[in-house]
Amino acid sequence: MDLSTTYLGLRLAHPLIVGASPMVDDLDQVRRLEGAGAAAIVMRSLFEEQINREVEAAASHSLAHDDSYAEALSYLPDPVGTLVESRAWFDQLRAVRKAVKIPVIASLNGTTAHGWVKHAREMEEAGADALELNIYLLSTRAEDDAAHIEDRVVEVAEAVLAQVKIPVAVKLSPFYSSLPNLVRRLGQRGVSGVVLFNRFLQPDIDVEALEVTPTLRLSDSGELLLRLRWLAILHGREPVQLALSGGVHTPVDAVKGLMAGADVLQVVSALLKNGPEHLGILYEGLVSWMREHEYESLDQLRGSMSLLRCPDPEAFERANYMRVLHTWRPGR
Amino acid sequence: MTPRSIMVDGNEAVAMVAHRCSEVIALYPITPSSSMGELCDDWAAKGKANLWGAVPEIMEMQSEGGAIGAVHGALQAGTLATTFTASQGLLLMIPNLYKIAGELTAFCMHVAARTVATHALSIFGDHSDVMAVRQCGLGLLCSSSVQEAHDFALIGLSASLRTRVPFLHFFDGFRTSHEIGGLLPLSDEDMLSMLPAEDLAAHRERALTPDRPVLRGSAQNPDTFFQAREACNPFYLSCPSAVQQCFDELATRTGRQYRLFDYAGHPQAERVIVLMGSGGETAEEAALHLSRQGQRVGVVRVRLFRPFDSAAMLAALPRSTKVIAVLDRTKEPGAVGEPLFQDVLTVLAEDGQTDAPRFSVMPRVVGGRYGLSSKEFTPGMVMSVFAELAQPRPRSRFTVGIVDDVTGLSLPWQEVDIEDREVSRAVFYGLGSDGTVGANKNSIKILGEEGGRYAQGYFVYDSKKAGAVTVSHLRFGLKPIRAPYLVQGADFVGIHQFPFVDRFDPLKRARPGATLLINSPHGPQGTWDRLPLELQSEIIGLGVKLFVIDAYAVAAEAGVGRRINTVMQTCWFAISGVLPAEEAITRIKAAIDKTYGKRGAQVLASNHRAVDNALAALQQVEVPAAPTTTRRRPAPVSHEAPDLVQRVLGMMLGNNGDLLPVSAFPVDGTWPTGTARWEKRNLAQEIPSWDAALCIQCNKCAMVCPHAAIRIKAFPSSMARVLPEGTPTLPYKGRELNDHRYIVQVAPEDCTGCTICVEVCPAKDKGNPRHKALDMVPQAPIREREIERFEGFLELPELEDPSIKLDLRTAQLMQPLFEFSGACAGCGETPYIKLLTQLVGDHLLIANATGCSSIYGGNLPTTPYTTNRDGRGPAWSNSLFEDNAEFGLGMRLAVDHLSAVALQQVEALAPRLAPLLGEETMRGLLAPPQKDRVEIAAQRRRVQALRAALAGIEGDVSKRLSHLADYLVQKSVWMIGGDGWAYDIGYGGLDHVLSTGRDINVLVLDTEVYSNTGGQQSKATPRGASARFAVAGKATAKKDLGLMMMAYGSIYVARIAFGAKDAQTVKALQEAESFPGPAIVIAYSHCVAHGYDLAHGLEQQKVAVETGYWPLYRYDPRRLEQGEAPMQLDSAPPKGDVGRFMRAESRFRVAEAIDPERFRLALGQAQEDVATRWALYQALAGAPAQRSLTDAPVPERSR
Repeated sequence: MDLSTTYLGLRLAHPLIVGASPMVDDLDQVRRLEGAGAAAIVMRSLFEEQINREVEAAASHSLAHDDSYAEALSYLPDPVGTLVESRAWFDQLRAVRKAVKIPVIASLNGTTAHGWVKHAREMEEAGADALELNIYLLSTRAEDDAAHIEDRVVEVAEAVLAQVKIPVAVKLSPFYSSLPNLVRRLGQRGVSGVVLFNRFLQPDIDVEALEVTPTLRLSDSGELLLRLRWLAILHGREPVQLALSGGVHTPVDAVKGLMAGADVLQVVSALLKNGPEHLGILYEGLVSWMREHEYESLDQLRGSMSLLRCPDPEAFERANYMRVLHTWRPGR
Repeated sequence: MTPRSIMVDGNEAVAMVAHRCSEVIALYPITPSSSMGELCDDWAAKGKANLWGAVPEIMEMQSEGGAIGAVHGALQAGTLATTFTASQGLLLMIPNLYKIAGELTAFCMHVAARTVATHALSIFGDHSDVMAVRQCGLGLLCSSSVQEAHDFALIGLSASLRTRVPFLHFFDGFRTSHEIGGLLPLSDEDMLSMLPAEDLAAHRERALTPDRPVLRGSAQNPDTFFQAREACNPFYLSCPSAVQQCFDELATRTGRQYRLFDYAGHPQAERVIVLMGSGGETAEEAALHLSRQGQRVGVVRVRLFRPFDSAAMLAALPRSTKVIAVLDRTKEPGAVGEPLFQDVLTVLAEDGQTDAPRFSVMPRVVGGRYGLSSKEFTPGMVMSVFAELAQPRPRSRFTVGIVDDVTGLSLPWQEVDIEDREVSRAVFYGLGSDGTVGANKNSIKILGEEGGRYAQGYFVYDSKKAGAVTVSHLRFGLKPIRAPYLVQGADFVGIHQFPFVDRFDPLKRARPGATLLINSPHGPQGTWDRLPLELQSEIIGLGVKLFVIDAYAVAAEAGVGRRINTVMQTCWFAISGVLPAEEAITRIKAAIDKTYGKRGAQVLASNHRAVDNALAALQQVEVPAAPTTTRRRPAPVSHEAPDLVQRVLGMMLGNNGDLLPVSAFPVDGTWPTGTARWEKRNLAQEIPSWDAALCIQCNKCAMVCPHAAIRIKAFPSSMARVLPEGTPTLPYKGRELNDHRYIVQVAPEDCTGCTICVEVCPAKDKGNPRHKALDMVPQAPIREREIERFEGFLELPELEDPSIKLDLRTAQLMQPLFEFSGACAGCGETPYIKLLTQLVGDHLLIANATGCSSIYGGNLPTTPYTTNRDGRGPAWSNSLFEDNAEFGLGMRLAVDHLSAVALQQVEALAPRLAPLLGEETMRGLLAPPQKDRVEIAAQRRRVQALRAALAGIEGDVSKRLSHLADYLVQKSVWMIGGDGWAYDIGYGGLDHVLSTGRDINVLVLDTEVYSNTGGQQSKATPRGASARFAVAGKATAKKDLGLMMMAYGSIYVARIAFGAKDAQTVKALQEAESFPGPAIVIAYSHCVAHGYDLAHGLEQQKVAVETGYWPLYRYDPRRLEQGEAPMQLDSAPPKGDVGRFMRAESRFRVAEAIDPERFRLALGQAQEDVATRWALYQALAGAPAQRSLTDAPVPERSR
């Protein structure tokens, strides 16, 4: 069965791609992912903070002690032009690009439209086939209204778009008052796709040390539901492609994602849990399921359960909430 | 010099030549020469080739002795080799210099001439080091400016290749080595033309090679040595003319003509000064000034001091010369006169013995000393020498530049401004951390390299590392600038830190009508109101134009933090008008791009913003006609300080040390301890504030404080009355004391604000965990209150009960006898020293190797070792860098001997003492050394009784014993030093001393790098870390000093890290102390050279231990007695990736940035190192005890 599709202008053999993860740090893993049939691979994110903090830290630590004391006018050899983390990241991008034939999508994570966005162009120059821009914008200030936050998202996307010619997707959080409106605005500015959703590093609390500890748990199929709703709502509305990220662990999860309207399915946690070869299992499972259920093409499947096409559209809307409430009974 | 010149310092000017003319460079860091080697190493790392297309081999050695040994070998094997050094380093080379000269080896080395340590160490410049090697047989070539240093670096090698006489090229440390001046660089062609291929070929021909073998370095006997030694004479005889030939060739190529002796002044001069070095520039400037006024004076500048060319010197002196002052920048106590003086006198005396003397009447020759340790040498001083020469009977020996009120040798002088008024002069007072010097270096480059100006910059630094004050002296003009002395008559003075207005007189160097710019947060009126009366009066009296700017506000807004340098620089350009404003701003920004370009766009953008916003914030102050304040500038030290502190140290603190006369000083370099407490530096903007309600009395804050600025006491509740009302205290929790209260108190004016105490504090407010028992709060609002409380705290009694067992917690209740040192904020070394003084400080002798710990431990004006209420405390001395272990062993031998003598005398007097003291006291006095504080206290009481008894006993033995009685009390000897000492230069001695079995203790403060001289690699530097001389990361693993010492089997060895396991640190120091033989404790010390914010130092130490980067252990041979393995591992098995530790520090990240692949390999190897080392240590810890203490040395013969 031909499951080939396009995403961000890239011709893919099928819609299962590897989402942003540390797996790309190891070229052997990268080759195994390609071997397992990954249609494309997304790089681990290069963070704005990572770039800026490194610049500032290197500068302030050495500058703070230069030219202070007659016997030691400095304490460390001059820092060199490129910074370690961003350079290592770019080296890895080039290495990954060289190691595999499948498309490689670079990933940049930031919240401001400042200097760091120039790294987008470097990513293009380093051979990225497309760019995923992860905008992780969490407001903690009462002064920021919703419109301001959404303006900033658009502004960051515009700044990045101005740097590159390759297609850009924006990875979003689910926490927007009107996701359809935001996706429309992004599409109007030239964003080619949106990735739903990024998974936050959640703060946990160490009750003994009275410290906050950031944690990241792997996803499970339960997280799929939030994605399905929004994919279904957004599918077919705007000329923006949709990528599902978070919760695809089984072939049936993949089927659901496609039915809700995803153009591609990003898989990470399932591969971290089960190894790169699990991607092949997902692919085979998807194909078998489609065969068993006599689907003929991806187009037939994709978006079949979206808001526009599903038999029961209110199930994705508020009515669904009402229905679930009414059917729920407290246990005895 | 002309607008085509580049602006570099003397060291760089020399290195530019040396690198291109060398094939092998062997190095060892020593101030002020270190940067020459560092530059060559940097260039080599970047692949910069020499004149012949190959990159020189660069090798850092373990000492200067090692460096010259390697050079000797490289020369013998046929390469062009060089080295750079100074001071003691040069002295360590002496034996090899004799060899190199005796073998007539073509070679030129470069020396930034520096004072040799005598009564004190000094890093500054004079000729005492060079004069100590004048007998070795090297040609001695002296340059006196940045350009000359560059030129002579080539002349030295060129002449050596031609003559086979090896050369030592020297120039004044700091004054020339660190002065930034204009340089017209020599081209490769210039150099190649001066280093003819045939001379180089001849050098190669002489190489040792098995292809045409010869033998050198034979031993000779009385029959032949003498004759053979004389065989070199022709080479020395022809050498001066060859040097002149080189000078002439250089002149042909560059237009710069030098002579062996250069004369300047009146053609018929009667009074002449002869001298060499940078002082020659000053003397010449002054002589020309006077001769223009018709005075018959002149100056002869010595370029080639060895071989000394008598004829050339005579020829340089005008025939009209009647009287000569020879000035030496060195002192040779007990000699007839200093070396140059003696040479000149000899030449003139011999001239009189010839048939056709140049002088029919021999000129009178007098000798003077000047400029020791970079003491200023100014036109006024030159004029005072000429004035003395005009006397009918000028003094035959004199000094100039100081007031000698003891032997009356000094000439009086007055400062005279003879500089061209068109030279613009500026002085800037800043802090090291605010970037003032960096910005001024940029200004010099802007004006000197692009702005068509002649320029000069010289920078004076602090003796303290935390909160270091810098003074920049800048000159600019359209004519060449000489003036190798500090700026006087400045047109512009910048005060980059407001508190300086109260610390010293910033207008001391200003001319009438000068401009003063102050960085002040108080606005024009507020600033004026806050100036002390002295400064207001000076501003009015001198007609100074006053400007203010809140540079910190501008910097913060621009996002450059506390780096106010570009803000102040922009204001200076605008006010001084040295360049049109727009051009200045464009050039400042270009300079910022050049300096900070490597640090990323963010840093550049912020600095540009700072420049753009600066001028809008600049405000002129309306200066009233009369002072408006009565507030005087506070005295530098309290009026309660001892006389010497007020009279001598206070002058130094007020920047007036130059005014102190000879009589003010101890004659032998002996100073009282406990002086740091009188210097209140108020460095911290924020200090810790104690919330007693939250405190759990863990005492960790005091343990980790690098400056002993946070203190703890437990005191009888009844004594709470001495504290000011409202001072918080708590009931003391420990079981060892009843009815005591507990207090944590900050020394508000001594804290550096490093935050380490707050970082370590574990006591959080449960309702608001952001708040802890210690929080940082602004210092100013609570300063007065905390000063009072700290005074009250000091009044509280110290815990004197010796029966209190000292552990991590109780040790911090003991008075630290090391406080308020000049160490960096957040220093990782000083907590160990402080702890040591809390454990054993009242009976401690310290031998301290040169390095950071000797600088913060013993650099004047004020020093941190102090005494307890009985007047006891650490006695401290620094001998050298290389001999510290031997020095400490000597102390041990002395103490042991004197104890033995005292015991003998007690025995001898026993029949008479016993009836007076009783049997028990007698037994105690004669018992073996005391093991703990209780026994020491008891012995002190016995000694007191003994002294009382001796008062009633007549006779010599009684008298002698009363002198020595204190030696009956145990004394502890500790050798303290860094890894440069213990792993490298002092390792041979350390190894030997530890092998002797004597009861000595060693504390190695291991920063894994030569910290004091700016981060050069040592053998303690870990694999993969970038350091000077290992820019791309050290290729090999850190030497395991502890393991090497364990191999003896009889030495106590421990490896500690107070930030990771403080209790183990305390235990290890106590065990080392109690071990009745040699002990070495290797202490992990975080350091600014590691390149991260030291507030995280403790966290990094924890990670170092967790990941196995720094395993903790104690190896105690005493455990064999219990049948246990001596080795105990005190840290858990390595966990996780050692990269977690390494990647958090810039020293590793720089290496990674330079060569990621190489770093990846190093990281892999480092991980393997961790596993291998741990396996080895584990095996040692598990090893069944098969040996006994009988492996310890046989006890000393009884006496």
